[in-house]
Amino acid sequence: MPLAIRCSQLTKTYPGKPPVEAVRGVDLAVDEGECFGVLGPNGAGKTTTIEILEGLLAPTSGDVEVLGLRWEEKPQEIRQQIGVSLQETQLSEKLSVLETLTLFRSFYRQGIDPRDAMARVALQEKAKAWVKTLSGGQKQRLAVATALVGDPRLLFLDEPTTGLDPQSRRDLWEIIGDCRRQGRTVLLTTHYMEEAERLCDRVAIVDRGKVIALGSPAELIAGLGGEHVVEFSLEATNNGREESVAAWDDLPGVTGIRREQDRHQLSVTLPHVVIPALLDRLQQKGQRLASLTTRHASLDDVFVKVAGRTIQEAEKQEA
Amino acid sequence: MNPSQHTPVRLPWLPLWQLVLARLREFCREPAAIFWVYVFPILTMLTLGIAFRNKPVEQITVLVQEGPQAQALLAALTNDAEGRFRAKIVDDETARRQLRIGKSDLVISAPSSEEPAYHYYFDPTKPGGVLARNAADDVLQRAAGRKDLVVTHVHEVSEPGGRYIDFLVPGLLGVGIMGGGLWGVGFAIVDMRIRKLLKRFLATPMRRSHFLAAVMISRLLFTIPEIVFLLVCARWFFGVVNHGSYLAVGLVILMGTIEFAGIGLLVASRAKTLETVSGLMNLVMLPMWMASGIFFSYERFPEEVQSVIRYLPLTPLIDALRAIMLEGATLASLWLPLLIITIYGMASFVLALRWFRWN
Ligand SMILES: Nc1ncnc2c1ncn2[C@@H]1O[C@H](COP(=O)(O)OP(=O)(O)OP(=O)(O)O)[C@@H](O)[C@H]1O
Ligand SMILES: [Mg+2]
Repeated sequence: MPLAIRCSQLTKTYPGKPPVEAVRGVDLAVDEGECFGVLGPNGAGKTTTIEILEGLLAPTSGDVEVLGLRWEEKPQEIRQQIGVSLQETQLSEKLSVLETLTLFRSFYRQGIDPRDAMARVALQEKAKAWVKTLSGGQKQRLAVATALVGDPRLLFLDEPTTGLDPQSRRDLWEIIGDCRRQGRTVLLTTHYMEEAERLCDRVAIVDRGKVIALGSPAELIAGLGGEHVVEFSLEATNNGREESVAAWDDLPGVTGIRREQDRHQLSVTLPHVVIPALLDRLQQKGQRLASLTTRHASLDDVFVKVAGRTIQEAEKQEA
Repeated sequence: MNPSQHTPVRLPWLPLWQLVLARLREFCREPAAIFWVYVFPILTMLTLGIAFRNKPVEQITVLVQEGPQAQALLAALTNDAEGRFRAKIVDDETARRQLRIGKSDLVISAPSSEEPAYHYYFDPTKPGGVLARNAADDVLQRAAGRKDLVVTHVHEVSEPGGRYIDFLVPGLLGVGIMGGGLWGVGFAIVDMRIRKLLKRFLATPMRRSHFLAAVMISRLLFTIPEIVFLLVCARWFFGVVNHGSYLAVGLVILMGTIEFAGIGLLVASRAKTLETVSGLMNLVMLPMWMASGIFFSYERFPEEVQSVIRYLPLTPLIDALRAIMLEGATLASLWLPLLIITIYGMASFVLALRWFRWN
């Protein structure tokens, strides 16, 4: 299958005191027609990476090919075929939705009618509304429409749903799903693991400027050794004795274990085997459950496994 | 993707036209911009035009110090045939203070038995002071019985073209073109840079030259109504006429607009915040506001300073407009100021394009 994006050994160091190594050797190969997610906490280097691929930033080193072309050789050819939505663009507030899309359409040799673009993101009713009167979700949909109006083969979306309410987020998922079904390649960044799981054929998890895991969400989750997570916490015991993590890892069927504050998380393949064993163990020790839940393992758990910390912890460290 | 969806490029989609249209729309939808561009210069013109209108008789403010002869002195002044004096009697203290703060042009103390002379107090560095002394002295000497030795006749001449308002209007045109170019181009571009809109455009196949050309063209289009409006109002309210050719005025304005749009582009070429760009623009504009002869002739500055002022970007523009409008000068005779304008315009464009930062 032809590659839509290929980059190897990509690095970007922002000069400064001290210099920031935002991207530290990223290799990506995105197939034509797939929806590829770049996933990671704040400051991981997602925007830097995607802007290099979009031709907006020069890499410090490394090699980039987009749709088989190189930025140094055929920049206009590439731009004609890609659609971009940046992480933070404020479109002109005093232009209407239709005027904005007509403006962007005029830049492309070929494309779709601005009204069609409007329909694809369900903004027809807002055709004449000024951009400043749109809600956050509507603005984001308009940003995606400006990327679609040139009928791109490859769509770059940098955090298209960050800061949106659940309904707006689902609306955007719908739109992105449509693009993929039309055969466009989509590269999106997000720090919502759930979003990547829902939308992406494959994801690259990045942390501190490096890809630390790559594969389809299902593969990555399977790689945890168990698709389920049993999570429980204990009532405080009379003698104040705290159980260490090691107290549970000999339970049958437990493939991984982790403790987050007072919550214990067990990665398991067969919850119906582990849970009775766990309850027996507690009985023996005379301890009581405060809570017990089971859920499917998610990319969040994958991140924890490969990065050694949760996304929330990673973002706190970044801040 | 789907070939049936491809529509050929239609005329209204021409990118340059769309970019110009977007700028025009944004401008027209910004009430504050309309105010500053159109209403503000008119208000300035009205205010200054009224404040410095040619008064039929110049009033001279004179204070008479208290004393036995003060009433007689006051009467002599107020009986002046031409009614030039506004005089009253005050105590010494008040008289000195009023003189010091410039509220009065002249203080006179009347003669008394111990001191049989008139005393004039005035500030010789102020033109009003000398004038007031001469006029008052004249009246008092005549009141005391002096006879004129020769017969004189006075003919007053005040034609359009020689008044303050005639001087002011070309200055206001120049300052409008300067402000419009710097704010209209510089501020707008930095604003788009901050909003990441420039970066967003860069991710499209939009030609950079189209973008910059659109900024220029829209600037020229805003200037036309601004200029016409100011000239029409000046004519209506004050009867200001153009003694030269309108074509020449139009051409000079066109050149000035391009010059200052170029300077605006240069000022905005790297600035990353609105504070930076405002600071830079004020830095650029302030010397010209003060020295380029908008409100008063720069010939009041010492000769050495004038030779610098003549080469500021705004001075040749205002000089050329004044020469055409007041004296009917031809473009050929204005080759030097026009050359300076052209050099500024070209140099700022070349530098701006070299330094311009898109994101
Ligand atoms: N222009 C810049 N100059 C200096 N450092 C920068 C610049 N842009 C980004 N960085 C730094 O590079 C690192 C990666 O930033 P980047 O914006 O790529 O992260 P991100 O993954 O997109 O984060 P987020 O989820 O917050 O958008 C961060 O530490 C950031 O502070
Ligand atoms: Mg980012």
